[in-house]
Amino acid sequence: MATQTQVKPDPQLQSRRGTFDVLQDWVTTVDHKKIGLMYIAYALIFLVVAGIEALLIRIQLAIPNNTFVSPQTFNRLFTMHGTTMVFFVGMPILFGFGNYLVPLMIGARDMAFPRLNAFSFWISAFGGILLYCSYLSGFGLYGAGTAPDVGWFAYAPLTARVFSPGHSTDYWTLSILISGIGSIGTALNIVATALCMRCPGMKLGRMPLLVWLYLVTSGLVFVTISPLTAAQIMLCIDRYLGGHFFDTQAGGSAVLWMHFFWIFGHPEVYILVLPAFAFANEIIPVFSRKAIFGYPAMVSASVGIGFISLSVWAHHMFTVGMGPGPNAFFTFSTMVISVPTGIKIFNWLATLWGGNIHFTTSMKFAIAFLFQFLIAGLTGIMLSVSPFDWQLGNSYFVVAHFHYVLVGAILTMIFSAFYYWYPKMSGRMLSEKLGNWHFWLFVIGFHLTFDFMHIPGMLGMPRRIYTYEADRGWALLNQIVSSGAVFQAVATLIFVWNLVASYFKGEKAGPDPWDAWTLEWSTSSPPPSYNFATIPTVESRRPLWDRKHPEEPDELFE
Amino acid sequence: MQMRIAMFFSLQLIASRGLSPHADWLPASEWVRYAAQNLICLLALHFNQTGTSMFAPQATSSRSIFGLSMLVLSICAVIFLIVSSLLLYTLIRYRHRRGFTQREPAQIYGSTQVELSWTVIPILIVIVLFLATARVIFVTETAAKPSNALDVVVIGHQYWWEYRYPKLGVVTANELHIPVSDPTHPAPTYLTMSSADTDHSFWVPRLAGKMDVIPNKVNTMWIDPDKPGLYLGQCGQYCGTQHAKMLIRIYADSPTDFAAWIAQQRQTAAQNPAAANGRAVFESNACVNCHTVSGTSARGTFGPDLSHVASRATIASGAVPNTPQNLRAFIDDPAHFKPGALMPAMRLNARDLDAVTQYLTTLH
Repeated sequence: MATQTQVKPDPQLQSRRGTFDVLQDWVTTVDHKKIGLMYIAYALIFLVVAGIEALLIRIQLAIPNNTFVSPQTFNRLFTMHGTTMVFFVGMPILFGFGNYLVPLMIGARDMAFPRLNAFSFWISAFGGILLYCSYLSGFGLYGAGTAPDVGWFAYAPLTARVFSPGHSTDYWTLSILISGIGSIGTALNIVATALCMRCPGMKLGRMPLLVWLYLVTSGLVFVTISPLTAAQIMLCIDRYLGGHFFDTQAGGSAVLWMHFFWIFGHPEVYILVLPAFAFANEIIPVFSRKAIFGYPAMVSASVGIGFISLSVWAHHMFTVGMGPGPNAFFTFSTMVISVPTGIKIFNWLATLWGGNIHFTTSMKFAIAFLFQFLIAGLTGIMLSVSPFDWQLGNSYFVVAHFHYVLVGAILTMIFSAFYYWYPKMSGRMLSEKLGNWHFWLFVIGFHLTFDFMHIPGMLGMPRRIYTYEADRGWALLNQIVSSGAVFQAVATLIFVWNLVASYFKGEKAGPDPWDAWTLEWSTSSPPPSYNFATIPTVESRRPLWDRKHPEEPDELFE
Repeated sequence: MQMRIAMFFSLQLIASRGLSPHADWLPASEWVRYAAQNLICLLALHFNQTGTSMFAPQATSSRSIFGLSMLVLSICAVIFLIVSSLLLYTLIRYRHRRGFTQREPAQIYGSTQVELSWTVIPILIVIVLFLATARVIFVTETAAKPSNALDVVVIGHQYWWEYRYPKLGVVTANELHIPVSDPTHPAPTYLTMSSADTDHSFWVPRLAGKMDVIPNKVNTMWIDPDKPGLYLGQCGQYCGTQHAKMLIRIYADSPTDFAAWIAQQRQTAAQNPAAANGRAVFESNACVNCHTVSGTSARGTFGPDLSHVASRATIASGAVPNTPQNLRAFIDDPAHFKPGALMPAMRLNARDLDAVTQYLTTLH
């Protein structure tokens, strides 16, 4: 007896570890699940911060000629909001889910390079914290600290030292440069994991669609973060070593920066949206109780989107005077990308068709994603028509369009993913009752804000103005837009509360609460640090379906 | 109100030009297009009193964009209606019902024919859209310049616009005067644009799409309003602290009005003896480093040319009306109206301030 207790440590004793031990465990961990959770937690903190910035922006714009914040503060707010949301909310939250799910879904025990994984997370996290240090010390010792105010795409020559003195722009450029290194590390890791760590029997053609999409996303990160990093280095050279890449006063080119930024910037949208597609590919089939419709088409559409997305960047530059030839080319390439995207929407629709659709909170968010992504895609087609873009580029129509993509599609699908995978990550279900409140408040708020935001754009309201004239007829619309932000804020608070409360009081989930089909549901919730006691062997795309339905296994239909 | 209704009908007329005059009945797609146009025109008129709406075009370029937008909007509206009703139908028809059998539904893995159809149809739509778009791109960007076109050089500065008429010897700021263009005898204005500092964008929605004004790069665009009046717009590219108050005012004048305006602007600045005191203050202060007043020692070029500042309706790039009170407040401290404006607060004493203000109001 005595020897047995020695071998098996008392679980209560284990849970009484000191704070330092717990902290050390998280800081030094190389476990892909813990790193994934840290990515997600880090992104959620920045989501709240950038959300507060958005609220301040909306208060300022609620009435014309408002003086709630100064123009300088407003410009910093939208710069920080955009930069934070893209680099320190969107990227880390998606990498977080990828880190957590990719090894589990392919039956691996960890990522290919666990230490690189930890390095990537910590360096990305450092980037985000560095950006916010600008509030403390951006302008130098004399003035109070200031955040960067050059906009999230920081067009040259506004970033030159002449127009942007002090260090606020340096914080911006260095934090992006540093977090880019982390992104490349994680992307490399995901590619290596997906290609080399699959369990026996999992051919590429049997890989879950989520992993396929993460593979494409990671490939895009490789290709596009590099020019962004190069641009940041050139900017640093301009600012401190007397370079003239973007220094127009000395013969440099402002348009060069635009090309460098958008060759990153547009694929970046796909880097963010492909993981959202990835979640939809897993969640919609499970709650329709049907296999995904057209797996090979979904894979080729995703790979196709990846490639085409590298050829569309200059649709952000239809108004810079590229001439009719380039304008026509980028109009065409941008329109073409709607074809594989359309295939995806139709395949999801066909997956729902003939199913047995369960409206869980997760599924409701996924359905909202379908509707909203449809609209976002259609306004995208409108903006690809370059003469239309000559009018509405850089107007509130564009702001509404890309928020439709980033909030209406990506964030909505991230919420869906939370309700779906939280049980796996924590071992407990999220409250469906709170989830219902979260869903409806968020959807109402989203549509109040972003449906109405299209109209001021069509009526001539440019983006990034800290105030507007009273006689333009934009006031009522902006009030509606601002009122929606309140709903979204309350919904997000309910969501965060749900995450916290359910961790302690939520219903026990068990290994497979959704009766799902991919490998992560075959291990306990939360999974042990080694994921699988024995490495599974798979025969088809849906290994758990095969186990549950031995009479009609999936492999017969591949 | 009457004017708005009249505008509404004229817009409808423009919008429905594409309809076939021979058809007694309209195909469904035309009806959708028609309805979409009406809805948008109504929206535009309801929300917009002073006209920065791209749906109230008043020139060739903006009108062709308007027509193309209508086509795109209707195609997108039709796609949205079809796909979203399919989605809605699927969700209702195939929802999980209580007491349903627990058996899983039939597993369908794909269908080559169906998938091919929703690949080919979008490709066809893309081709149609692209051809329609390419036409407008080339018509707008490769239009031949008629010999009677007016040339204006537009220079974007941090938070104000400089306009130069090189062939007419006129320099002004913030309020652009151009002749109205009779559609039968087009007299377009060609704008050659560049920036003195950061990126700006010239956007007057009722006349044309925007064109970026970029340092170390020369862009061109043309506008030809066919109705006299004031057309509003503003800077469309974030250019710094005061991007919001970098407003644009374009006056389309009748040919006689335009000729009169040019004649007035070409004169040397007025030298009113009653304002000699103010002129002395102006010339003995830093004002002359940045501003020009023709016929005086003031030859600065960093700020707007003030030779005829009193002839303008607004100051501070359209931010406030040009009244003596506003002018005085602006000279005292430009941040009063435009925080972040590059003009320093002059900190003149009250007497000098009054004198300079009075001097500027004489510069017609």
